[in-house]
Amino acid sequence: MEIALRVNGQERTGDIEPRRLLIHFIRGDLGLTGSHVGCDTTSCGACTVLLDGSPVKSCTLFAVQANGSEIKTVEGLMQDGELDPIQAAFKEEHGLQCGFCTPGMMLTAAELLDRNPSPSEDDIRWALSGNICRCTGYVNIVKAVQAAAPAKSEPVATGSEA
Amino acid sequence: MSNIRDMMRSFELFQPTELEGALTLLREYGSDAWVLSGGMDTFDWLKDRAKQPRVVVDLGGLEELRGISEGDDGGLLIGARTTITEVATHPEVIRRYRLLAEAADMVATPQIRNQGTLGGNLAQDTRCWYYRSGWPCYRAGGNTCYANTPTSINREHGIFEADRCVAVSPSDTAPALVALDARMVVSSHRSERIVDAADFFITPGTDITRMTVLHPGEILVAVQIPERWAGKTFYFEKVADRQAWDFALASVASALELSGGLIQDARIVMGGVSPRPLRMRRVEETIVGRALDDETIEAAGAVAADGARPLRFNQYKLSLTRNLVKRAIREATA
Ligand SMILES: Cc1cc2nc3c(=O)[nH]c(=O)nc-3n(C[C@H](O)[C@H](O)[C@H](O)COP(=O)(O)OP(=O)(O)OC[C@H]3O[C@@H](n4cnc5c(N)ncnc54)[C@H](O)[C@@H]3O)c2cc1C
Ligand code: FES
Ligand code: FES
Repeated sequence: MEIALRVNGQERTGDIEPRRLLIHFIRGDLGLTGSHVGCDTTSCGACTVLLDGSPVKSCTLFAVQANGSEIKTVEGLMQDGELDPIQAAFKEEHGLQCGFCTPGMMLTAAELLDRNPSPSEDDIRWALSGNICRCTGYVNIVKAVQAAAPAKSEPVATGSEA
Repeated sequence: MSNIRDMMRSFELFQPTELEGALTLLREYGSDAWVLSGGMDTFDWLKDRAKQPRVVVDLGGLEELRGISEGDDGGLLIGARTTITEVATHPEVIRRYRLLAEAADMVATPQIRNQGTLGGNLAQDTRCWYYRSGWPCYRAGGNTCYANTPTSINREHGIFEADRCVAVSPSDTAPALVALDARMVVSSHRSERIVDAADFFITPGTDITRMTVLHPGEILVAVQIPERWAGKTFYFEKVADRQAWDFALASVASALELSGGLIQDARIVMGGVSPRPLRMRRVEETIVGRALDDETIEAAGAVAADGARPLRFNQYKLSLTRNLVKRAIREATA
């Protein structure tokens, strides 16, 4: 089946089988390997991308279901060579170790900060409850999201949104 | 019976944009067709190849099934394709039926609530892992329950209404909707029928291969929530091993009508203990007409687990049931 969608602001097309998962389309067909497959069972959140702005698990979505939609992957966070505030904060606060969960964590956190520019620790933990980290632990991840929050609410010179 | 997760079987996909078209497809393909909504239950079945439908009908294009609007009788009408997130965060659901918003907010995790739909949450299949792994149990058309043998691991299974199969209803929103006297609007190519939430969910005694009255060919179109319980006194609690992501070991939803210091009417419904969301009728009969005091609450707890038949590893669900029922009365708030 033919599909057309916008990925990180660019028009992309594909001719794929209905059973092709969105994560496989993104990684395999588009070559955007920042989104990871951790569990393949809707559990870990490593495959999280933003679909029309909402975090979804791309291991549990057919690419054809995303036809016509707007997808943002971790590759879309950086703008004009500048890290997004959430990326800068993960780096600064040591919010990652192996980095496997990090793309999903950052996208989920970025959407939270769009909705809620000053989330409490509880808000952050609840928003990230569908993203599992097996090595950093959550303390620094929460710190990173907290650190990114004020940065998000200030106008960022380079422009952080697509 | 090991699971192969590398690639699901191929299927023919249809993406109708009108309900009429979807119903026609379902009539044409009958039990060869699988209805796909948010996919949060579906993908496991297909990836595990425990189900191998020839045809998948994706309801994603049916805009008419999406959204929350005013119902005819002063209540709300929620389309089956409305996401769990929308149900949990909708201002009118929160204002009038906080019970449902709280239950929806406890479903799984944020991404699953963004993708999963109310219809799928209600129509989802049971989580018994013997069954879901593709074992040929009663529910799958065989002649054994693998969850109820001397060596079975059945900590998560049921204590009420088992009949050969001991699996439980996994939905968090189902007990809330039964407590609110909701009605399910079900369509087929021939007709539309309206089913009370309490009758929508069935036990193995009625049909061991299904969790609801939905037949192949039918689509759950919408859920009507009547005015009846709007703004009343509610309580929802879900007990699970983890605070997020996990299915309920047991859950309770209560709706109470209080006036003149008495409980005028009550709905107490439990999830995770029976194959369907279970209305605790003995409890309701015990408390209606009485003051909401310690004596009434103790009396409710005393009858809550009547008739329960625990399995080897789920005896704890007896005290959990009694305590959740008591709390659902004591801590209910307007
Ligand atoms: C990791 C994980 C954790 C979960 N935790 C929870 C939890 O805590 N609580 C909970 O309640 N659920 C939980 N779920 C289960 C469930 O998948 C979701 O709650 C979700 O709401 C299902 O909706 P869906 O639209 O994605 O369903 P789908 O997978 O699209 O559909 C589910 C079933 O219902 C049928 N169906 C769907 N819509 C209709 C319709 N309109 N008419 C007729 N049939 C229909 C489908 O054919 C399918 O058989 C969890 C799932 C996962 C993967
Ligand atoms: S790979 Fe999708 S949730 Fe783990
Ligand atoms: S950084 Fe390694 S899993 Fe999270």
